Amino acid sequence: MPRPVFNEKKCKACERCVSVCPKKILVLSHDLNSNGYAVARCIDETACIGCAFCAIMCPDAVIEIYK
Amino acid sequence: MVEKVLMKGNEAIGEAALRAGCRYYFAYPITPQSELPEFMARELPKRGGVFLQAESEIASVNMVYGAAACGARAMTSSSSPGFSLKQEGISYLAAAELPCLLVNVQRGGPGLGTILPGQADYFQATKGGGHGDYRLLVLAPDSVQEMYDFTLLGFALADQYRMPALLLADGALGQMMEAVKLEGEPKPAPDKPWAVAGRRGREKLNVVQTLALDRDELEAHNRALQDKYALVRRNEVRYEALQTEDADLVLVAYGISARVAKSAMAKARAKGLKVGVFRPITLFPFPEEALFALAKQTNAFLVAEMSCGQMLEDVERVTCCQKPVHFYGRTGGHLTNVEELLERIEQIMAGKAVR
Amino acid sequence: MGEKLYAITEGLQDTPMHYCPGCHHGVIHRLVAEVITEMGLLDKTILVEPVGCSVFAHNYFKVDAVQAAHGRAPAVATGVKRVRPDAVVFTYQGDGDLAAIGCAEIVHAAMRGERFTTIFVNNAIYGMTGGQMAPTTLEGQVTTTSPDGRKVSHAGAPIRMPEMLATLDGAKYAARVAVNTPANIKKAKAAIKEAFSCQLRGDGFSIVEVLSACPTGWGMTPVAADQFIGERMVQRFPLGVIKAEVEADGT
Repeated sequence: MPRPVFNEKKCKACERCVSVCPKKILVLSHDLNSNGYAVARCIDETACIGCAFCAIMCPDAVIEIYK
Repeated sequence: MVEKVLMKGNEAIGEAALRAGCRYYFAYPITPQSELPEFMARELPKRGGVFLQAESEIASVNMVYGAAACGARAMTSSSSPGFSLKQEGISYLAAAELPCLLVNVQRGGPGLGTILPGQADYFQATKGGGHGDYRLLVLAPDSVQEMYDFTLLGFALADQYRMPALLLADGALGQMMEAVKLEGEPKPAPDKPWAVAGRRGREKLNVVQTLALDRDELEAHNRALQDKYALVRRNEVRYEALQTEDADLVLVAYGISARVAKSAMAKARAKGLKVGVFRPITLFPFPEEALFALAKQTNAFLVAEMSCGQMLEDVERVTCCQKPVHFYGRTGGHLTNVEELLERIEQIMAGKAVR
Repeated sequence: MGEKLYAITEGLQDTPMHYCPGCHHGVIHRLVAEVITEMGLLDKTILVEPVGCSVFAHNYFKVDAVQAAHGRAPAVATGVKRVRPDAVVFTYQGDGDLAAIGCAEIVHAAMRGERFTTIFVNNAIYGMTGGQMAPTTLEGQVTTTSPDGRKVSHAGAPIRMPEMLATLDGAKYAARVAVNTPANIKKAKAAIKEAFSCQLRGDGFSIVEVLSACPTGWGMTPVAADQFIGERMVQRFPLGVIKAEVEADGT
């Protein structure tokens, strides 16, 4: 069951991942990282299809997709 | 038996560069230095080297930057207006502490000026022609033999101190032919662990860059550069002092003007006038101590340059007004003239000189 | 943690990048790093970085690097490649660096067929200096130095570099890609790989122009900037392979 893993400290809340997730399971959370960005998160890992769109769209190498 | 060859100054530089192990020359045509790129175009490929004519002097100095960043002995040459185009690149070379040889075969300026010889790039050469606090090691030959010798020396010192060295010549030296002894053991380039090559298993990445947005970091870097230049000032001063011990008047000149000054000295001495010549060989580091000491002994100085007076200001600064400093300068491509210089000598010695 | 379907490439350092949120430099860095790593070239690659937002690229790529004066990366890379023909050399340049001040350098490097690869990041603006007009700024696009929108009668029309360079025999691969959508990112990676392959074969000069968002300079959100590329920029800067010549003998 694939799922995205976020290196939250590097996230800049640019929302590019959110904008391309075909399953619409990514959102900007309300938790701020040390740089003050609302980190992106996956709200339903069970729906993840492992397409990695989020990971390849991310400009800051925040996301890896685990099997 | 040392080989002795009749050569043009420009080609003597090329011959010595090859001997020094320089295998990368980036060129742009400009009179009066084009014999050097032409020589390199013929000779470098025979030795597995790279001769490349760039689209501009700006491009060629930046090609030297890339080659030197990889640890190669590389060089470029030009003449006054072309050399002005290289100034930004030279500031980068100095900041990145990249050893290389630069050659400026000066011609009369400003602007397009003339293709005839000149010495009006002294300020640019010795006071840092580009932006930021930096200096170049500046060697001023006054013969075709020295065009050869100082090319070998330039590469050696550039590598020793990790800084660009500049051979400041002029169109006369570049175009004239003299016999050259092809001798002198070139000092091989030292190991350059800092050079860029592709990591190839190396632990640390090598990066050659000059950006430092942190004030303390850039200030520390400036201090390190100044420490280097202080070392160069302490160790690398070179000059020639001829018959200055009893001289009432000392001619101060470099390069081709020094050749003329030596002739004027001989003529003056023949007339019983006690004249000497002080010839700075390194324009940076300028021979300050020797000149300052000389100011105590002699009565006056006469600076001869093919410019409106640039080294003049260093002579005035260094002698600290101990003695009058007179000036004789020709521009427009005129060579320093021995008869006129003799006339000025006689005026000064007779106390009728007007500065 | 388990096996990874998608992992961050070995070719990037772990340093967080300084680029603005949504800037495409980070994506382009990652694609280039992935290609270099996957082609097994990481250990012998040399980056020649420009002056511009990506002047810090040496902090991100895990390769040796030389920083060039503004616009001079192609000349520096020429010096590097001529001394190190065995190294894989690429310049990474912005539109001001390559298409304005360094235009002569890139044209002549392409003319000479220098065997290095150029990654040309076109974000239609001078980002680092605060959003001035660039040679690739679109007609009508507002920047700090085209406050009423770029007027062609005054500042000319945006310049299309790969098409121009493709007219030079020494240029053997020229393509324009974008990284504003997952599909475009995959095509971009393929083009970058093609460009480095061209270099490896020794065919000649290769360039990939990557349309890139500058949310800060454009005054848009990252997602809106992605759309701007898809809707407006690609009209002026069509995507695709402009030239792909493999040397006859392919040696």
